[in-house]
Amino acid sequence: MLEPVLKVEGLVKRFGGLVATDNLNLDIREGEVHAVIGPNGAGKTTMISQLIGELRPDAGSIRFLGQDITHLPVHARSHLGIARSFQITSIFLNFTTLENIMLAVQAHDGHSFRFWKDARSDPRLREPAMAALEQVGLAHRAETVASVLSHGEHRQLEIAMALATRPKLLLLDEPMAGMGPEDSARMVTLLRQIKGSITMLLIEHDMDAVFALADRITVLVYGRGIATGEPDEIRRNEQVRQAYLGDEA
Amino acid sequence: MSSLLRLKSPITTIAGSILLVLLGLVPVFAMLLDDPFMLTLFTRIVIMAIAAVSLNLILGYGGMVSFGHAAYIGVGGYAIGILAHHGITEAWIQWPVALIGSALVALLIGLLSLRTKGIFFIMLTLALAQLVYYLGNGAYAYGGDDGLTILQRTDFGGLLDLNDKETLYYLCWVLLVIVLWLTYRVVNSRFGMVLQGAKSNDRRMATLGFPVFRYRLTAFVISGTICGLAGILTATYTDFISPAMMHWTRSGDLIVMVVLGGMGSLFGPLFGAVTFLMLEEILSSWTEYWKIVFGPILLLVVLFARGGIDGAMVRGAAGYALTGLITLFLIYVVHYLWYDDWIPAAVVLAGAAAAILAIWYRQRREAVAIASAGGDHA
Repeated sequence: MLEPVLKVEGLVKRFGGLVATDNLNLDIREGEVHAVIGPNGAGKTTMISQLIGELRPDAGSIRFLGQDITHLPVHARSHLGIARSFQITSIFLNFTTLENIMLAVQAHDGHSFRFWKDARSDPRLREPAMAALEQVGLAHRAETVASVLSHGEHRQLEIAMALATRPKLLLLDEPMAGMGPEDSARMVTLLRQIKGSITMLLIEHDMDAVFALADRITVLVYGRGIATGEPDEIRRNEQVRQAYLGDEA
Repeated sequence: MSSLLRLKSPITTIAGSILLVLLGLVPVFAMLLDDPFMLTLFTRIVIMAIAAVSLNLILGYGGMVSFGHAAYIGVGGYAIGILAHHGITEAWIQWPVALIGSALVALLIGLLSLRTKGIFFIMLTLALAQLVYYLGNGAYAYGGDDGLTILQRTDFGGLLDLNDKETLYYLCWVLLVIVLWLTYRVVNSRFGMVLQGAKSNDRRMATLGFPVFRYRLTAFVISGTICGLAGILTATYTDFISPAMMHWTRSGDLIVMVVLGGMGSLFGPLFGAVTFLMLEEILSSWTEYWKIVFGPILLLVVLFARGGIDGAMVRGAAGYALTGLITLFLIYVVHYLWYDDWIPAAVVLAGAAAAILAIWYRQRREAVAIASAGGDHA
């Protein structure tokens, strides 16, 4: 079998007395959508923060495409091909929609110690950025300042920025957070389109979306992975039902 | 809907360009009015504008509140003074040494302070600048806290004669224009986008793949170097160096100029420096306690004119900005005509203030009338 894209082994993160990540093991296979679900406070975002490099784990290792990245800084992981969308929309509010994406493109188009040429009119940034906006259906808002976009559009832009870095692995931290049913459905459609071409790790509370998208699911409770399997297995798993799914399943 | 770059709002560009042209004509006015002091004042204004533009690059565009920018004025100035003291006056040695010296000090201070954020960054830049200040204080070979007189100005060969007041003024003015042009290019380049992105959201920048620290440090060094240029010019036109030129209050003045003029606007620091120094000049000639008047004015600007002078223009409150500038001009004229006599000055200014208030009151009543008549459309 192929080595997984991302391999997490024995990951531990403590905040004082609280163990937020408790000896977590996780394999993410190439091309799959791997959902991580769990009740609030299960340590999902803490896990993502360690995968992206914002938090240093206390123990354990993270391997990406066969390379140990446990101690790499955030920007270096991005260049290896890990991208992240934030749970709380994290965009550049005073930039236009297009400029937001152009910045993402720029991050992966060589260094930025270029002091003279106008960046906004540079086709090497504009064209890929426009393409990314078209992909998520935001092209008509290209010249709009990001701060006036709707919540749903912010979420789309959030994803588009991550996509514009051409990642091999996309970490999605609650992409449907705060969305109405219509926007959620649009997001599911979008994620379906890119499914297969980019490996995804999806954290989401919307179970309909999770079961519609995920190839495999890991259930996290108190920082510990209690089960991993295909959606049907997870649905049937007694331990999971008790811990999390309740009457929903 | 304005984008990130405020330059897209034409009014600021127009006002800034007009101000630049007016500054360029100052030697002509000074000659017509036969007032050599005017040239001295405006040389100082133009030099401080260069320093303010340099601070704006990191404060306005990069969100880095450096509370120690006067240190680079000091380094630039001391380099010139010390070299001149040892008889080295050639420009091609003095200027590069001063600029490289400023860059190195900025690199050191940046390396240490840019690891921190917010109030810690402000305090660290202040503390490190104080360190440079006390170095100057303790440099007894170069006058200690008494300072050192520069006996011979920088020698530009046959190219420029800096002993000529007009030549020195035009050198400063041309350098200001160049620095503004450089800033314009830099903030719109890829580097500038990174700088502004990091101001807005540095966490996201790292996630996108930018090693933010390196870019910030580079901007910090560029800014320090340009500020060092202001130091060179300060030492040249005062023929004097002393630790006072890098006193922490000077760093504070620079921040005030940038905030007053408008952070992150190309011409903002220019508006700020001109307004700040003219007000200082005028108020301090009237009363020793001029800061009692100056403080509240600044407070009002911070409280009611967010984005400073530039912000007022961009928001369409051009009227207010214009009123402010006209008032400033009026104050200056009054100041000029009755230099030491505050009574006619006060009468004229009180009259002008009353007129402005009356106009404002009438406009307001009209606006209220329109609003209540057309309430349905609102």
